[in-house]
Amino acid sequence: MTGQFHTLPIHQIHQLLIDKKISSMELTQAMLRRAYEIDPKISSYVTITDDLALEQARQADDRIASGENITPLTGIPFALKDCISTRGVRTTCSSKILAEYVPQYSATVVNKLADAGAVLMGKTNMDEFGMGSSCENSAFVDTRNPWDLERVPGGSSGGSAAAVSASLCSFSLGEDTGGSVRMPAGFCNVTGIKPTYGRVSRYGLISLVSSFDCIGPMTRDVQDCAIVLEAIAGKDERDSTTFNSPVPQYHQDLNKSVKGMTIGIPKEYFVSGMEAGVESSIQEAIRTYEALGMKVREVSLPNTRYALPVYYLLLMAEASSNLARFDGTRFGLSVSENARDVIDIYLQTRREGFGDEVKRRIMLGAYALSSGYYDAYYLKAQKVRTLLRRDFETALASVDILLAPTSPTTAFKLGEKTNDPLEMYLSDIYVVATNPAGVPALALPCGFSKGMPVGMQLIGRHLDEQTLFQVGHAYQQVTDWHEQLPPI
Amino acid sequence: MTQTYEPVIGLEIHAELLTNSKMFCSCSADYGSAPEPNTLICPVCTGLPGALPVVNKKAVELAALVGLALNCSINPHNTFARKNYYYPDLPKGYQISQYELPIASNGYLDIPGDTENPQRVTVRRVHIEEDTAKLTHEKNHALVDFNRAGVPLLEIVSEPDMRNVEAALSYATRIRAILRYLEVNSGDMEKGVLRFEANISVRPSGSSELRTRTEIKNLNSFRALTRASAYEIERQIKVYEAGGEVVQETLGWDEARGVTVSQRGKEDAHDYRYFPEPDLPPLQLEPAWIASIKSLLPELPDAKTRRFMEQYELKRQEAILLTSEKPLADYFEAVVSKSRSSPKTIHSWIAGEFMRYMNDSELALENIDLPAEKFAQLIDMVTDKTVSGNSGKIVLNEMLKNGGVPQEIVKAKNLAQVSDTGFIQEAIEKILSDNPGEVEQYLAGKETIVQWLMGQVARSTKGKADPNVAKELLVKTMEKRRK
Repeated sequence: MTGQFHTLPIHQIHQLLIDKKISSMELTQAMLRRAYEIDPKISSYVTITDDLALEQARQADDRIASGENITPLTGIPFALKDCISTRGVRTTCSSKILAEYVPQYSATVVNKLADAGAVLMGKTNMDEFGMGSSCENSAFVDTRNPWDLERVPGGSSGGSAAAVSASLCSFSLGEDTGGSVRMPAGFCNVTGIKPTYGRVSRYGLISLVSSFDCIGPMTRDVQDCAIVLEAIAGKDERDSTTFNSPVPQYHQDLNKSVKGMTIGIPKEYFVSGMEAGVESSIQEAIRTYEALGMKVREVSLPNTRYALPVYYLLLMAEASSNLARFDGTRFGLSVSENARDVIDIYLQTRREGFGDEVKRRIMLGAYALSSGYYDAYYLKAQKVRTLLRRDFETALASVDILLAPTSPTTAFKLGEKTNDPLEMYLSDIYVVATNPAGVPALALPCGFSKGMPVGMQLIGRHLDEQTLFQVGHAYQQVTDWHEQLPPI
Repeated sequence: MTQTYEPVIGLEIHAELLTNSKMFCSCSADYGSAPEPNTLICPVCTGLPGALPVVNKKAVELAALVGLALNCSINPHNTFARKNYYYPDLPKGYQISQYELPIASNGYLDIPGDTENPQRVTVRRVHIEEDTAKLTHEKNHALVDFNRAGVPLLEIVSEPDMRNVEAALSYATRIRAILRYLEVNSGDMEKGVLRFEANISVRPSGSSELRTRTEIKNLNSFRALTRASAYEIERQIKVYEAGGEVVQETLGWDEARGVTVSQRGKEDAHDYRYFPEPDLPPLQLEPAWIASIKSLLPELPDAKTRRFMEQYELKRQEAILLTSEKPLADYFEAVVSKSRSSPKTIHSWIAGEFMRYMNDSELALENIDLPAEKFAQLIDMVTDKTVSGNSGKIVLNEMLKNGGVPQEIVKAKNLAQVSDTGFIQEAIEKILSDNPGEVEQYLAGKETIVQWLMGQVARSTKGKADPNVAKELLVKTMEKRRK
C-alpha cells in the first residue's frame, strides 16, 4: 500500500499494520525517504537513525507476523527530543558541549518505547538545553515552522513539534519545563501533553530544571497522545520523583461524555497582549464546548503575574547546578589546549561549549543561589511557587478543567525576538505556571489566525490526565483543526 | 606572670558507612576490593547526563542508628541538599549532602575526662552525604578513580566543646569505638574510612569569648589529629603573643614536616550555593520506623563501662579499657563466664600479658585464636596455685603462639607449682648455706633481703615453688638461726 499513511494517526496505522495492509518496514522506509527529502527545509532532526530504524522495523514486522506481544506502538516510527539519552546514539541537547556525546545508557522512556516495539527515526532539534522558546538557541541549526518556513516552530521542543507537523514521524516525545511541549505544539498544529510532574520517569532525560521537567508525547490527535502516555508513564525505581499510583488505560475512556462538566476560564489570562485571531479562536473553542453541554465559568489564578519571575528564577537556579557536570573532564567537549590547570579546562570548555542564553541563565542562577541572596531570590520564589500551586488547586476545586491559549500570538518570524530575551520569555506567559505547580496540561489545535495555527491548552488536576484526554478528545470529535496539514 | 591560653576544639568526623551498595546507586561500595580503578561505576556515580540518584535505604538506617547512639533526635522530616563546587573528584559539580534538615541533631557524647567524671561533648548534627572520587596526582596530570565516588558517608559534627588535645583524642576514639560497636564502620583508619577535621581556636584562660578559628582538614589518623591540633594551638598562641591576629582559614597537615599549611587560594572563600536537592523527595521517617531502629541499638561503651564497674567491681579505668572495643569486652565476659577466678584477676590477665602480646604481635583480637575456655582454665590454674604466675605467663604465650591445652603445656614444660614443704625446705637450706652474708644482714635487721632470697628460691626451683609457702619457710628458717 502506498499513499498518505505517514499522515495518519497511530491508531489508524496500527490497524493497517495488524491487518498486514502495510509493513513497518514500508512505513519506516517511506518515512525515512520523506525525512531526507523534506527535512532539509525544516531541520527538525539533528540525527536520523536510519540503520537503527530499519532494524527496529524489521523486528516489529517479525513481532506482528508472530502475532505475539503486539502493542499499539509496535512498528510505529517516532522521534525523540535530543535531550533524551539514547544508548549508542549521540544525544546533544543541541549544544556544542555535547555535539559528539554518545550515551552509554538509554532513558527509561526510550527503553519502554523500544520494548513496545516502536521504531526510532531520530533525534530532534531544540533550544540548547531547553533554554528558549523558538528553537533559535540550537547550536546547530534553526528549525522552521512547516506552516511557514520564515517562522519559528516554537520551543524548546521545536524539532519534535515540526517533525510531527510535517509528517516526518508518527509521533515524537518532547520535554516540557515551562511550556516546551505545549507552546510549539500550538505553533505547529500538533497535539501534546505536559503530564503531571512525576508521572513519566526522567531517568536519562538530561535535566534542565529537575523539579519542572516533564517528558510528554507530541502527536496528531488526543487519542494518540493517550496511547503514547500510557506506554511511557509509571513508577520508575531509578527516578525517586515518580509516582507509585497505577497508570490508567487512558485511551479506553476517551469517548465518555463531557456533558455537565465545567470549564474554568482564568480571567488573568485574558487581559492584554493577546493576538485578536488567537482570542477569537479560543472563544470559538469555548462555544464549541458549550455546544457539547459543558458549563463555562470564569475563575481566578490571582498569582499569575508572579508565574514568569518565579519560573525563571527557579529555572536558572536549578539549571546552574544541573549544568555543572559539563566540565570537559569525562564526556562531551573538552578544551584543554594550553590549559595550565583543571580550572582552565573548565573555563575554556564551558566558554566554548555553551551558547549565550545558557551562559546568561547559569550566571543568573548561580547569583540567585549565592549566600546573601538565597533568601531574597530562591527561597522567596519557592514560597510563591506554593502560592501558584494553591491557585490551581483552588480554581480546579470548583471546575473540572481550565482552558487557556498556549501563547498570546501565533508563531513569530525567525529573528523577531532573538535580540530581546525578555520579549522571548513573555511568549511563554500562559504555559509556565503549570510547571511550578506540577499539574498536567494538554495542548491541542483550535483554529488559525492569518494562516498560522492557534493552540489551546486544557489544564487539569494533579494526576488527572484522564479528564484532559476525555475533554480534548470530545473537542476533536467535532472539529477538524488537528487534521489540517501544513503545505509542505 | 605571662598569659595562659585555653584551646577551643570542635571536630567534624567523616565516616564511611558499611553498606553493600553506594549511597545513590546500586554499585558496590566495597571500593577497597576493586580489582582496578573505575570498575565499580555506573551513570549515576560518574554523573553522566540524565542519571538520577536513588537513596540507599540501608545507609539511612545506619545513619539513624549512629544518631540514636549519639543521643540525637532523629528528624522525622529531613532533606537532601546540593553542595555546589567544582573539583575533578566531584563528578556532578555538586555533592549531595544534607544541609538545613539533617537526619539527626542535638545529641551528646560523654567522654572519659581527666578525673573520674566524664565530660559531655555536644553533637550538633549527624548528616548523610556521598564520598568523592579518588585523585592520584602525577607529574603534570591527575588520575581519577570513581570507585569511591558515591560511597555513603556520615558527617558527625561536634560543638567546640573540647578544651585540650586529650579531650579531642578521647572524643574521636570514643566515636570510633561506637561506630565499631554499631558495625557501621570498620574504623580502619589506614584505609581512610574515618577522617577528621579539627576546628581550633585559643583564648585567654578564663575567658568565654570565641576567637577566630582555623580548620585543619583531612586528618587521617589519631596521631595526625593529636599532632596537628597541638601544633596549631601552639601556633595560634605564638601569633597572639607576638601581638598578631589569627586568620580564619583552611589548613592542611604536613605529616612529614609536622606543620599545618595554609590551603588558601585553592579553597578561596567558597560559596557552596546550597539548595534542596530537587531529584530526591524529603525523607519521611515514621516514629515506628525510628523506634524499630532504636531497638537495634546494642549496649554502647558508656553503658557497658558502667555495668562492668558494677557487675565486675572494676575500677573506671579498667572498665574503660575492656569496653574500648566490643570484641574485647565480649571476650572478657566469655572468660569470666568460664572461670572460677575473680573478674579483677581476669582483667589483670587481659590488660597485662594478653594485650602485651597483641601489641607486640600487632594482631587484632579477631586474629587471635585462643578460646575463652582455655584462657579461663589457665587463669584458674594460677588462682589454684597449680602453676605460679610467672609460669602462667609462659603457658599463655605458648597458647597464643602455638595453641594447645594449658594442662598439657604445664606438663610438657614441667611448670607445675609445688607446695611440698620438704622439697622447698631443701632448696632453702641450700640457698642459706650458700649465702651466709645475706643471712647475717637479715638477722641484723635488713628485712628487704627477703625479696632477693625469694628470687634465689624461685630460680633454684624453676618457679615451681608456691611463693607464699616458700616465703613462710624462708623466714621461719632464718628466725630459727637468731637463737
